[in-house]
Amino acid sequence: MAAYVFRRLIVSVLILLGVSFITFFLLYALPADPVRQIAGRSATAQTVENIRQQLGLDQPLLVQYWRYLTGLVQGDLGRSYLQRTDVGTLIAARLPASLLLMAGAIGCELVLGLTMGVIAALKRGTATDQSLMIASFVGVSAPQFVVGLLLLYVFAVQLGWFPIGGYGTWAHLVLPSLTLGIMGSGWYSRMMRSSMVDVLRADYIRTARAKGLTRRRVILRHALPNAILPVIAMIGIDIGIFMGGIVVVESVFGWPGIGQLAWQAIQRVDIPIIMGVTLVSACAIVLGNLLADLVTPLIDPRIKLR
Amino acid sequence: MKRLLTSTALIAALAMPAIAQDYTPDPNAQPGGAITITYKDDVATLDPAIGYDWQNWSMIKSIFDGLMDYIPGTTELRPGLAESYEISEDGLTYTFKLRDGVTFHNGREMTAEDVKYSLDRVTDPETQSPGAGFFGAIEGYDAAASGEAEGLSGVKVIDNQTVEITLTRPDATFLHVMALNFASVVPQEAVEAAGGDFGKEPVGTGAFKLGEWTIGQRLVFEKFEDHWREGVPYLDQITFEVGQEPIVALLRLQNGEVDVPGDGIPPAKFVEVMNDPAQAERVVEGGQLHTGYITINTQMPPFDDVKVRQAVNMAINKDRIIQIINGRAVPANQPLPPSMPGYTENYEGYQYDIEAAKALLAEAGHPDGFETELFVMNTDPNPRIAQAIQQDLKQIGIDASIQSLAQANVIAAGGEKEQAPMIWSGGMAWIADFPDPSNFYGPILGCAGAVPGGWNWSWYCNEELDAMAAEADSMADPEQAEERLGKWSDVYMKVMEDAPWVPVFNEQRYTMKSERMGGDDALYVDPVSIPVNYDYVYVTEQ
Repeated sequence: MAAYVFRRLIVSVLILLGVSFITFFLLYALPADPVRQIAGRSATAQTVENIRQQLGLDQPLLVQYWRYLTGLVQGDLGRSYLQRTDVGTLIAARLPASLLLMAGAIGCELVLGLTMGVIAALKRGTATDQSLMIASFVGVSAPQFVVGLLLLYVFAVQLGWFPIGGYGTWAHLVLPSLTLGIMGSGWYSRMMRSSMVDVLRADYIRTARAKGLTRRRVILRHALPNAILPVIAMIGIDIGIFMGGIVVVESVFGWPGIGQLAWQAIQRVDIPIIMGVTLVSACAIVLGNLLADLVTPLIDPRIKLR
Repeated sequence: MKRLLTSTALIAALAMPAIAQDYTPDPNAQPGGAITITYKDDVATLDPAIGYDWQNWSMIKSIFDGLMDYIPGTTELRPGLAESYEISEDGLTYTFKLRDGVTFHNGREMTAEDVKYSLDRVTDPETQSPGAGFFGAIEGYDAAASGEAEGLSGVKVIDNQTVEITLTRPDATFLHVMALNFASVVPQEAVEAAGGDFGKEPVGTGAFKLGEWTIGQRLVFEKFEDHWREGVPYLDQITFEVGQEPIVALLRLQNGEVDVPGDGIPPAKFVEVMNDPAQAERVVEGGQLHTGYITINTQMPPFDDVKVRQAVNMAINKDRIIQIINGRAVPANQPLPPSMPGYTENYEGYQYDIEAAKALLAEAGHPDGFETELFVMNTDPNPRIAQAIQQDLKQIGIDASIQSLAQANVIAAGGEKEQAPMIWSGGMAWIADFPDPSNFYGPILGCAGAVPGGWNWSWYCNEELDAMAAEADSMADPEQAEERLGKWSDVYMKVMEDAPWVPVFNEQRYTMKSERMGGDDALYVDPVSIPVNYDYVYVTEQ
C-alpha cells in the first residue's frame, strides 16, 4: 500500500511537471505580448523594453521556464503582471471559497443524485423511473451558465429566497452549489440506479427477503449500503470535473474563488495567474483521482492496489 | 489597457487659459451615507504609478491627488495639490506652489520632497510604470528612464512648498500630464513599508482612504476626515463589490441593493432598460473621447492609392452600423470625437455615396473592384459590424473576406507592416488619456506609431504632418491655445484628405444609478472619473 502511494505520488509529480511545461509553452506561444499588455498603448518603445527586461521576458523561453520551475519548488508561483502581487497570495485568498463551493456541490449532487437513483431503481420500468432518468439527462446536458442564471432569476430575483449572487452566508452558498451539483446529480442518479438494480438482483437480497425481513429493512440495511459504495468512490473524480465548472459558476454568482480568478486572468492575459490556477487545479485533479483509487479497495476488498 | 476619458463638451472652456472658474458646490448636497458600486473584475491595483484601466483610474483619483486636477464633470484643468503655478517665458520652466496643510492618510504633512519622490518613482524603470513615457518632456527623463541616473534632474525642490520642473521642450500638454494619475503624490515611507504591494495598501492625500480590501470580494473606501479640500467628499463610505456580472449587477440595482453598476448596462438589456421610462430616467448619457474606425493599410496595394481609400470612405453606411449597436453612438467624420478640443465643427467628411465611390474606384483603375481582407476582433458586436462593412464594400465591388480573431491576434496583425489590409477597430479603438487633440495623433496616426508592434495600423506616415504636430505641441503659452487647437484641426483635416482611416462612430456612455443618488448629471458621466466622480456625488436618503 505505502509503496503504491509512493509510486503514485512520483507519477503525480511527473504529471504536474508535464502540465506546467505544456501550459507554460502554450501561454507564451500566444501572440499576445504580455509586456504590451502591461505597458498599455501609450508606452514608449523604451518603457516596453524596460518592462520586458525587468520581467525577464527577453530571455529564451527555456530559460524562463527553468526560472519558473526553480521558483515553483520554493513555493513561489511568481507575481501577477497586472496586479503586481504574489500569485500564491491571490490563490490562497480565494481557495477557501472554491473548496466551500465544491463541498456544497458534492453535498447537492449526492443528496439529489442518490435519492433520484434509488427511487428510479425501486420504481424500475415505471413512468417515475423514466421521468427521473429524463430529468437526470437534462441535468447532465444543461449548460451551467444557463442553469445558473435561471436559478438566479427564479429563486433570487423573482422569489427572493436567496441573495442575488455574492458570498458570505449559507444562503449565498445554496444556488451556486446547486448549479454546480445538478450536472453531477445526473451522473450519480444514473450510476446509483444501475448499482441499485444490480444489488436488488443479488442473492443476499433474495436471502434477506426469504428470511421475512420487511421491504424497508431490506432496502435500507442490505441493499442501500452495498449499492452506494461504488458510487461514493467517484467523488474523487468529481473534483476534476468541478474544477472546470467553477470557472463558469463562480463568474455567474460572483463567488470569489479561484475559478473567477482564472477567468479574469485569461481575459487580461495575466499569464502568471493562469499558470498558478492551472497548476493548483491539476494538483486537485491528480489528488482527487489518487483519493478515488485509494478509497476503492476499502469499499470493495476484491480490488487490490498494486 | 483601455483608458476611458470622456467629455460632456465644454470645448470652449478648455480652449481658454488653464485656470478657469472652479466648481460651485451643489447646494442640495448633504454629507453622509454609504453607496455600493459593483464590478465584474477584480481591482488590479490602486498604485497610481501602475493603475491604467478604466476601473481603477477613478478609484485612484479619489485616494490620491496630483498637482493638477479637473473641475468635476468637465475637462477643465484646475490646480490640485498645487495652489498656483507659473510658467516661464520660454515655456520650459514650471514653478508649482504647493498648498499648506495637506496631509497624507497616515497623518504626515505633504511637502515638495514628496512631489519629487513621486515623479522620480514613476519614471524609475524599477517601477515598471505604463505611464512613464508621459513624462518624456521633463529634463533628465532619458537618463532616469534608462536607469543611468537616480531621479529626474529636471524636478527640483526649491523649498518645502515649491517645486520647479524644467522641460527639454515646450509642451502644451504638460499640465494635463501633471493631472494624470501617474503624477499623483505618494509618501515614500508608505511605498517602502508596503514592500512592492503599495497597490494593495495605498496611502495618498485624496478624499477617501482605503478601509478594507478583501481580495476577490470587496473594497471599502472611507471618508478621509482631514482631506484638504473643504467639505469633500460627501459620502462617508463607498463599497466596491467585485466579481459581479453586469447582468447580475443590474438585477441587484433593480432590487435596490446596488447604487451604480460600474460596468454599465449590459448590451443585451440595453433596449429593455431604455424602453422602460422608470429605468431610463435613471440613466445618464454623455459623450466620451472615443472614435471607432476602420484602418486602411496605406502600404498595401491597392490601398496605397489615395483614391481607393477615399472610395472606401464613401462606401460605408455609418448609420446602419450604429443601428447594430442599438444607437449607442453618433456617426463620426474625422478622427477626433466631437467633445475633444480641436474638433473641426464645419467639416462634412466623406458623404455616403455609392456612385461617387464607384467612379473614384474606376478612376483609380479598379472598375471591377478587387479582393481584400478585413480583420476584426471576434467578440460581439464586432463581427456583425464587420459584416455590415463587408456588404457596404461589396456594393462598390470590393470583395472583403472577414478575419475574425482574438483581440491579441488582431493587434499583432495590425502591428505588422503588410499583414492586415483593413482592420475594424471595435474593442480596441482609441480612447484618449487626457482631453487634448494631440492624444489622438502620435501613436495611431503619426510616424512614431508606424513601426512593428505599433498602433498605427494604417502604417500612415506623413512627415509634414509630424512636423506640424510637433510645432503645435510646442505652443505652450496659454495665449496661443486657440491657435494651437486650430493647428491640430488642420492636422486632422490633412489626415482626412489622405484617408488612412474611415472614422465610423463615436461611442456614447451610459451610467445607471439608483434613485437615491444625487448630484449633477455631469458627475455621472465625468470625463475623468468613470463611472462617477466619487468625491462629489451624494445620496438623498441614507
